[in-house]
Amino acid sequence: MSNTNPLLDVTGLTKHFPVMGGFPFKRKIGAVQAVDGLDFQVAEGESLGLVGESGCGKSTTGRLITRLLEPTGGSIKYRGQDITHADRKQLAPVRSEIQMIFQDPYASLNPRQTVGKIVSGPMEINGINPSGGREKRVRELLEIVGLNPEHFNRFPHEFSGGQRQRIGVARALALEPKLIVADEPVSALDVSIQAQVVNLLQELQRDLGIAFLFIAHDLAIVRHFSQRVAVMYLGKIVEIANREDLYGNPRHPYTRALMSAVPEATADDVPARERILLKGDVPSPLNPPSGCRFRTRCWKATEKCATEAPPLVQVSGSNDGHLTACHYPETTETVPAQRLAESPEAAV
Amino acid sequence: MTSTDQQPFLSVRDLKVHFSTEDGVVKAVDGLTFDLAKGKTLGIVGESGSGKSVTNLTILGLHDRERTAIDGEILLDGKELLTASERELERLRGNKMSMIFQDALASLSPYHTIGRQIGETYRKHTGASKKEARARAIEMLRRVGIPQPDVRVDDYPHQFSGGMRQRAMIAMALVCDPELLIADEPTTALDVTVQAQIMDLLKDLQQEFGTAIIFITHDLGVIADIADDVLVMYGGRCVERGTKKEVLRAPQHPYTWGLLGSMPSLDGPVDVPLSPIPGSPPSLLNPPSGCRFHPRCAFAEKVTDGRCSSEQPLLQVTDGRGAACHLTADQRRDFFADHTATRSH
Repeated sequence: MSNTNPLLDVTGLTKHFPVMGGFPFKRKIGAVQAVDGLDFQVAEGESLGLVGESGCGKSTTGRLITRLLEPTGGSIKYRGQDITHADRKQLAPVRSEIQMIFQDPYASLNPRQTVGKIVSGPMEINGINPSGGREKRVRELLEIVGLNPEHFNRFPHEFSGGQRQRIGVARALALEPKLIVADEPVSALDVSIQAQVVNLLQELQRDLGIAFLFIAHDLAIVRHFSQRVAVMYLGKIVEIANREDLYGNPRHPYTRALMSAVPEATADDVPARERILLKGDVPSPLNPPSGCRFRTRCWKATEKCATEAPPLVQVSGSNDGHLTACHYPETTETVPAQRLAESPEAAV
Repeated sequence: MTSTDQQPFLSVRDLKVHFSTEDGVVKAVDGLTFDLAKGKTLGIVGESGSGKSVTNLTILGLHDRERTAIDGEILLDGKELLTASERELERLRGNKMSMIFQDALASLSPYHTIGRQIGETYRKHTGASKKEARARAIEMLRRVGIPQPDVRVDDYPHQFSGGMRQRAMIAMALVCDPELLIADEPTTALDVTVQAQIMDLLKDLQQEFGTAIIFITHDLGVIADIADDVLVMYGGRCVERGTKKEVLRAPQHPYTWGLLGSMPSLDGPVDVPLSPIPGSPPSLLNPPSGCRFHPRCAFAEKVTDGRCSSEQPLLQVTDGRGAACHLTADQRRDFFADHTATRSH
C-alpha cells in the first residue's frame, strides 16, 4: 500500500476469547485465538476482500472493525483516529461512517418492523433529519437498491431472500457511510440472486465511492468484487496482494491449495490448475500449531516452520504490496490468468 | 440384481409430486423423466424450490404420504417404488438405496455414538451381531478416511469436525453397499478444501463399487467436477438435460445461460458486471403460465405469438439431450453467442 493516509489502518489486531472452566471456581483455562495480529489498510473507495475457511477469524475481524467486539490487542485507526478502545460516545460519529451488511437476510431484519422503519432506524438513532424528511430519504434509498419505493410499509416476510438483502443494503446506506463491512453478503442467496446483489454492491462502490471490507469464503466472488484481497488462515493473514497478483501469482501454499480446490464450471478434460488436495482439517484455534499455523497441512513444512512463525513480508519475485507469510514461498510461475478460449461461454 | 442391458438401473417416468397445503396445491415436481445407469453420476442443478430435493425424497419414499399426490413411475432395477409398501421400502432403504443429507450435524443423532449409528443400519439389514456391526463400522470409517477409526468409532457426533461428520454420514449411507446413492447438497455446508476431499472420496467409492449416484447441487462447478449427465431443474420441471460437456459447453436453455452468467470464475474478466437473471424463482403454488421461466427470460419476446406465456414448451429429448424452450435451434445459437460475447470482453 503506497497510500500514506488510509481510511482504515489496522495494526496487530488481536482477539482472544477466554475459555472458562474448572471447579469450584470458574477461571480462564485457555483462549480461542480467533484473530492474532492482523495488519492491513483499506484506502478510501477501495474494496478489500477477506477470504478464508470457516473458523479462520474473518467474521471476527469484521466485528472488531465495527467494534461489535472489543479487541484484545493491537489498534484500529479510522481516518487517523484511534478507535480501538473508544467508548460509545466517542464511537457514535465513527459508527455512522462504518456500516455493516450481514450474512443472513432472514435473521438480520426485525420481522415486526416495516421496511420504512428498518431503513430509517439508523437515522433515528443518530438524530439525523435529512431535508425532505426521513420518509423521502428512505424512498430514495429503496430506489437506489432496486426496490419499489412504494413498498415502504411492507414487512420483511413479504420479500424474497434477495430483496431482503437489498433492504439490509439500504439500511447500511442510510447514513452515507464511508466504509461498509459486508460479512458474507451473498452466501445465503441463490446463484442467480447472488449475481444481482454483487452487481448492486459494485455499483455502490463505484458510484458512491464507498470502501468495502468484503468478507467471503467464495474466492471467485471476492476476486470479482475486490481490488485487493487478503487470505486468512487460523487467525492470521497468510497473504495479501492486489487482485491480479494474488490470483495470477499466489505465493503462499495455502492460497494455492485454496484456489485449486475451487471447482470451476468448465467441462475441460485437462484441469486448468494443478489440484492440491489438503489433508485433514483446520486445527483448533484454542491450541494452534507452533510457528507457521499452516504447517500441519503443508506439504513443504520443515523444522523451521515449526519453530519460527514466518513474517508477512514481500518475498522475492513478488510485486510491490504483495505480502506473503511463508518460509518457502511458491515459485513465480504464473497460473493461467485468462482461459477464455476454452471457457464454456466461448465454445459454442 | 436382475438389471438387463435395455433397462436402466433407475428410471423415473413423468413424475408428478403435488402437496396440498392450506393455501392450495403446491406443484413441487411437475412431470420429470430421467434414467440413471449403474456406476454413473447424474447431477441435478437448480435453485431453492426447483423441486430437486422433493424428487429424491420421493424416490426414497420419504415423502408425507397423507398429503402428497404422486403420479408417474419410479423403477429401481425394474421394481416399481411408488406402489411399494412401507415394509418393502424399509427393506430397500439403507440397503439398496441410501441418501446423504446436506446438514450432517442435524442428520446424526447427538445421543448415540458414530459407531452405533453406522452399525444400526447394518444390523437391520444383515441381522449381524453387535460385535460384527462394530467391526463393520470401523471398517467403513477407515474406508472414508477417518484417522484412528477404532478409537473414533466410540465418539459422539459433536466430537467430529464438519468434514468428518460428512464422512461419517457417507460411511453410514454406504454401509450396506447400496447400488443407488442420493447425495443432496452433501458439500454445500463445507469449506472448499474439505469439499474437494469429499468429492474425491465419492468418486473413489463409486469406482470401487459401481454405485449409481444422484448428486443434487446448486453449484455448476461441483457438477463439472463430479457428474456424467446433468439435469437442470426450474420450477418443478426439467428445462435442460444432456451430458456434462453438452450442458456446460453449449447450453441450450436461457435459464442455464443465466446460471452460467451469474457465476464469477477464477480467471474470467473482472471489470465486466455479472449478468444475473432478473427477478426471483417462481412460487410453485401459483406458477407462471406457459414456460415457467418466461417472466425472467430475456428472450421470451423473441418468440412469436407470445407462446412463452401461453404454451408450455415440451422437453424434446434425443439421445439424452434436450431443452424445453420455444426458441428455435438457430435462435438459440445466435442468442447464446451474443449473450457470451457481452461477458467475455
